[in-house]
Amino acid sequence: MTLVFTGICSHGPGITGRADLAPPELRDPFFAAYHAMRDALHAARPDAVVIVAAEHFANFFMNNMPSFAIGMADGYEGPIEDPDWLRIPHRRVRGDAALSQAIIAEVQQSVDVAYAEEWKFDHGIMVPLSFLDPDNKLTVIPANINCQGPPLAPLHRAWAFGEALRRAADAVPQRIALIATGGISHWPATPDSGRINEEWDREFLRRWATGDKAALLDYTDAGTYAEAGQGGFEIRTLIAAAAAARGPGTVHFFAPIPIFSTGCFVATAEIA
Amino acid sequence: MSLYQLSKLLFELNRDTALQAEFTADAQAVTTRYDLSDEERGAVIDGDIGLLYVLGVNGQILMHFAAFRQIAWADYLQRMRDGVRIHGPVRAGIYAMTTGLDEKVAGV
Repeated sequence: MTLVFTGICSHGPGITGRADLAPPELRDPFFAAYHAMRDALHAARPDAVVIVAAEHFANFFMNNMPSFAIGMADGYEGPIEDPDWLRIPHRRVRGDAALSQAIIAEVQQSVDVAYAEEWKFDHGIMVPLSFLDPDNKLTVIPANINCQGPPLAPLHRAWAFGEALRRAADAVPQRIALIATGGISHWPATPDSGRINEEWDREFLRRWATGDKAALLDYTDAGTYAEAGQGGFEIRTLIAAAAAARGPGTVHFFAPIPIFSTGCFVATAEIA
Repeated sequence: MSLYQLSKLLFELNRDTALQAEFTADAQAVTTRYDLSDEERGAVIDGDIGLLYVLGVNGQILMHFAAFRQIAWADYLQRMRDGVRIHGPVRAGIYAMTTGLDEKVAGV
C-alpha cells in the first residue's frame, strides 16, 4: 500500500497536564483540531501508525544515542512520567514486531536506523495518543529522531529519514499512517517555559505547508537555538513528515499557548 | 564535575519504577553507584531542583525528575529561578535561562 495519512502535532506535557490552566478560547479550538485529526486518521483505516517523535530521555541516553531509531516490539508502555502529573493514565500500546522489522529493513536501505525491542513512551508520544487514540485501539510503531542530546543529525538526514519511512510504508502490504510530533520554537522545562517565537513558528509552518525541501532545510542549529530555543531542534520530526508525505500541507490550528510551553499546532499533508 | 554521571542517574531514575522505590527508601545508597561530586550528590538527595538546573542537567531530564518528586509546575519553575539567583547562571548544557529572574512568561 501507499502511505495513507500524514499529520503533525504538538506534544508538550502541559497540553494534558495543565489543560485546566489554559484560556478556553485557545485551548478548546486546539483540542477540537486535534480531535478532527483523530477522526481523519481513523477514517484512513490505518493498520499501523508510525509516530515519529523527539523523545525526551525515556529510552535513549548519551551512553549510546542513536540519531534515528524505530521500535520493533509487539507492545509498548507509557507514560514514564507520573500519570497524575501528565494526567494520562498508564497504558500498554499494541505494536507489531513483524511489521516493524519489514519497515526497518526497507529504511536501512538508505538510513542506518537503530532498532529497539524495548521502548517506553514519554509525553512526546502519549500526549498525541491521548487525543488521537483515546480508546487505545491503534497499532503503533514508534520512531525517534534525536532532538535532545547534541550533536544532532543534520536536517537533511531527517529529510532522508522521512523519505525512507515513505518508501517503507509504500513497500509493505499494510496501510500505514504517519504522525510526527514535535515543537516548533519553545524553551521547554526551563524558567523560560512559555516563551514562544510566534513569527518564527508561522514562517516554519508556512514552509512546511509548501513542502519546499530547500526552504525547510535552510535552518542551522545555531540559528534555531538563538531564535527558537533548544525545543526548536524538534523541527526534525516535522521535516521528516514533509519528506514522507511529499504533498502540500494544511495547518488546521496554530496558536501560542504559553501555559502549554509551546506554540500549539495540528496540520496534515497530502500524500503525493 | 561529572554532569554525565549526574544526568545518567536521573535518566535511569526517571524511567525505572524499581529504582524509584529504591531511591525513595535510600537515596544515598543509589547515588553511590554513580561517580558524583559531593555537590551533585547532595543536590540529588535533597531534590534541589535549582542546583541541578544550574549544574546543567538537561531540562527534559530535570522536568521528569521533578514530576517523580511530585513538584508542581509553578514550584518547579520557581525553584530553577531561585537556583540561578543563589548559584549563578547555568554552568553547562543547552538549557540556559534566557528570561529574567522575576519574569514569568506563562504567568507562573
